[in-house]
Formats: sequence, C-alpha cells, structure tokens
Amino acid sequence: MKNSLSFFKISLSGLLITNLLMSMPSFAAGTFDKISASKSITMGVRDSSGALSYTLGDGKYTGYHVEICKRIISDLEKTLKTPIQIKYQAVTSQNRIPLVQNGTVDIECGSTTNNATRQKDVSFAVTTYVEEVRIAVKANSGITSIAQLNGKKVATTTGTTSVQILRKNERATGVNFDEVFGKDHADSFLLLESNRADAFVMDGSILAGNIAMAKNPKDFRIVGEVLSVEPIAIMIRKDDPQFKAAVDNTIKGLMKDGSIAKMYQQWFLEPIPPKNTRVGLELSANTKEAWANPNDKPAEEYAKK
Amino acid sequence: MALEFGIFCKSTIEEEFAPKCFGTTFPNLFDGNGDTTYLDWLLSAWGWTLSVAGLALLIALLVGLVVGTLRTLPESSWFNRLLITLANTWVEIFRNIPVLVQIFLWYHVIPMLVPILKGLPAYFLVSIALGFYTSSRIAEQVKAGIQSLPKGQTLAAMALGLTTTQSYRFVILPMALRIVLPPLTSESMNIIKNSSVAFAVSVSELTLFAMQAQEETSKGIEIYLAVTIMYMITALAMNRLMAWVEKKTRVPGFIAPNNPAGAH
Repeated sequence: MKNSLSFFKISLSGLLITNLLMSMPSFAAGTFDKISASKSITMGVRDSSGALSYTLGDGKYTGYHVEICKRIISDLEKTLKTPIQIKYQAVTSQNRIPLVQNGTVDIECGSTTNNATRQKDVSFAVTTYVEEVRIAVKANSGITSIAQLNGKKVATTTGTTSVQILRKNERATGVNFDEVFGKDHADSFLLLESNRADAFVMDGSILAGNIAMAKNPKDFRIVGEVLSVEPIAIMIRKDDPQFKAAVDNTIKGLMKDGSIAKMYQQWFLEPIPPKNTRVGLELSANTKEAWANPNDKPAEEYAKK
Repeated sequence: MALEFGIFCKSTIEEEFAPKCFGTTFPNLFDGNGDTTYLDWLLSAWGWTLSVAGLALLIALLVGLVVGTLRTLPESSWFNRLLITLANTWVEIFRNIPVLVQIFLWYHVIPMLVPILKGLPAYFLVSIALGFYTSSRIAEQVKAGIQSLPKGQTLAAMALGLTTTQSYRFVILPMALRIVLPPLTSESMNIIKNSSVAFAVSVSELTLFAMQAQEETSKGIEIYLAVTIMYMITALAMNRLMAWVEKKTRVPGFIAPNNPAGAH
C-alpha cells in the first residue's frame, strides 16, 4: 500500500512538472506580454563582434546594435508605461538562434546575417547595417587579393556564414587554401596574429573592430575584393508581428530623423571605448541604401543583384 | 518532428543534393562528383578525432607507464629519490590543471617560449596536451597496480638475484599491467571523448564539425545525433579492443579467471 501510494505521489508530481513545462513557453502569448509581466527584457549580446556588439568587461555591453536596442527598449517603456530592466545574455554564433527560438533571449543585438535559412527559424528587424565580407592580412604579407591565397591558411570563425562564402569562392576561382576554424572572432584573429593563419576572412566591421583593438593595429590591413554582401539585422522571435512592428517602428524612426547616421558615425568613425581606438569603416553605399528604403530582405536577395 | 538525415547527402557548397552521398571520400569506389558532402565532412572529422585520440593515447600509455613505474622505485639511492620526486611532480602538475587550460597552454603559451614547437601542426600540440594529461592518470593507475602486488613478489625477485630493472621487467610489470588493464580501458575511452576539446584550438574534429554544420544547415538534431553515434561507435570499439587484449594476455588463475567477457 505504501509503495503504491508513493508511486501515486511521484506520478502526480510528474504531472505537475509536465504542466509547468507546458506552460513555460510564454512567448506563445507574445513578447509584449512576457515583457510587461516580467518588467524585464533579455538582450542577446556578443563578446567581440567588432563595433556592432562587444563587451567592456564587468558584464557591460555596448556597440552600434546594442545602442539601437536600448533606443527600442526605451520606446517599449513608453508604450507599456513601465520601466523595463535590461538583462544581458552573452550569445555565440552557435547558440544565438536556439536561444531566441526557445525564449531565453527576447531581442538579439549582435551581428547576425539575415538569410533565408534563418528566416525559417527566426524573424529579423529591418536591416540596420549591410556587411561586406573582406579579407584581413598582416600588412607585411604582401597579399592583396583572394587569388594570392593559393596554398595559404585562411582563418574564419565556426558557426558563421563566411565559411560557406569562402568555399563557394574557392570553387569559383580555383584557388586552393586550407580553412582553419577559430572558435570565436577573437580566436580567429589570434590565429592571424600568431601567424597560424595567413588571412582572416570575415565581415568587414568585425575585421576592422578586431584590428582596432589589436596590440599594433598598423600590422594588419583589410584587402581584396568584397567576397559577399550581407544584411545584418537585429534578431527577434518568429511569428510575433506585434513585437516586430514595434521594433521596426523605432528603427525606421531612427533612419528617418538621421540619428542612425549619427550612431554610425559614433561607432564606426569616432574613437570608441574601452581603448578609444577608431574602427575607421566608412559608410558603404549598401548600408545607405538600406537606411533609405527600410526592409528585411534576406542575403539571397542581395546576391541576385 | 521529422528528422531529415538526407542533409548528409547535401553538398557543403550549394546546399543541394549531391548526385552521390560520397563526394570526395572514396573517389574510386563511388565515382565521386568532386563536391564535398556533409557525409564526407563527417568522416574526415571522425578521422581527425581518431588521429588526435590515437596519438594522445600512444603518448599517454608510454609516458604513464614510465612515470607510474618510477614512482614505485625503492628509495635506495639519491638518484632513485630524484626520479621518484620528478615522477610525483609530473603527476601532480598534469593532474591538477583542467584539460582545456592545458590545451590552451600547449597551443598558445608554450610555442611562444619554445619556438621550435611553432612549426608543429595544431593536432600534434593537442595530442601532446591530451596525452600528458592522461599520462598522469595512467601513472597513478600503474602505481596502484604495482603496489597492489604482494610484497613477496619483489622480495622473491631480489632473492633470485635479479637487479631492480630485471625484477621490474620480468616479475613486477607483467603482473601489475594485467591488473590495471580494466582502468586503462576506461582511460582509453575517456581520451576519445576528451579529444572533443581539440575544437577549441581549431582542429576540425567531430565537435567542430557539429558546431559548424548545424549552423550551416539548421539541422542541429540530425547533426548532433550522427556525431554522438560516431563517438559511441569509437568508444565501444576501443572497449572491445581492450577486452580482446585482456583476454589474450590473461594468466589462468590470476584475476577473474572465469570471466570470458573481459573488459569492465
């Protein structure tokens, strides 16, 4: 009797847990409800994504996308008429999409490429920055184009789209090189810095940001042709039109009144913390175009042009 | 949810189905079309896992055997005492530092101090790090195996007039190594699983493949399942291999004589 009773208790508690688990995905009710219920929002941020999103240490994060997200959140505060606490959650290239999908992260402000594959899993705000994939090399290496990478070691970061671009280029040009994978951007840059790789292929802003923070920024150069053009956007959960509209409205407002251009100036052309170095990446025609006609087209649309 | 294992037949360049699942792995057998598929990549990643684990195991067994034996030397001369101290230091150093930290030390720090090592490929440095880490654990087991032998065996060897080297070679080690075979089986399987830390220093082994391929394909469950199965097959094969060694080297009447199953 005692045994069957305890079994009953266990199965009952099991049921309760199942119920709890089933009620967990509160995002089904919409990000707005989740934010107003918890009075907090979880922002996905990156440790070293160039000037777009990076850490100052001490659990503080900043960057072009992080600041745009802060504007979005202050607009949300006005809409919901309640102060919202910002919780930072550091994400990586590998876990950012699952974390947005499962509701851990409400708004990801890193350096995520908006492409068709990812649009099946998540949603993107209107493109705030158009990235050009470039090659970084040591200034004294004499490499100036992808053709010169034949037989060389090329570093890139795991979990990024640059790897595929690199492979396509490898086949198209017949240039043969070895891929070396860094576990994050800082690691890939270290591969270049310590001569374990001859080049680092990645988004221009990340290259520029890493070079700006290097011990001797003059030792490195960004060279060669633009390997690919990719729209970078703030990532949010899929199928939440109300939240997407709110996010997009703030960003479109920033584009219209010109404050986004000021933010670009601040993060990409002026000295930025912590070392007060300059990224020095001029505004590209593609980014200007994205600001003039706000859209959330995936990278595939850009490739067609 | 439906699992789409067809992803492994897709080309890594265009994300389209390749005409043959094997693009580049067996060009002669399967008439490869030249485009690498995810299956090809999985197999090449498996090869890297095997290389790292195999080389590391070789280093770990050799170093672990020597260091473990040195720790049990009789304290009869200053030279023996020096060897014992060195061997004990070795074990304490490599056992007390987390394996991932050791990998970073061997990859980033030590080549700065010893420039010759800069020329070595990443997988070699990882194997050294993993091998030395595991050697400290194997040394501990070898020591325990030697100490578990009855004192009478050493004394009998001495009574026969054998030197220290001879008594280790002909009496102590043959018995002690049989005793430690089961824990060595565990270490050999551990080294395969521990080789997954090699991804942190850019060795394109199974774990790195899983992280990169799931990002490219958004088919994380299928990719991680496949990688898990590869690890399990490898570890199980190692287990069976060691069981076979155990069976072949068994001395009748000595430890578990009636257990045909072997490895634990």
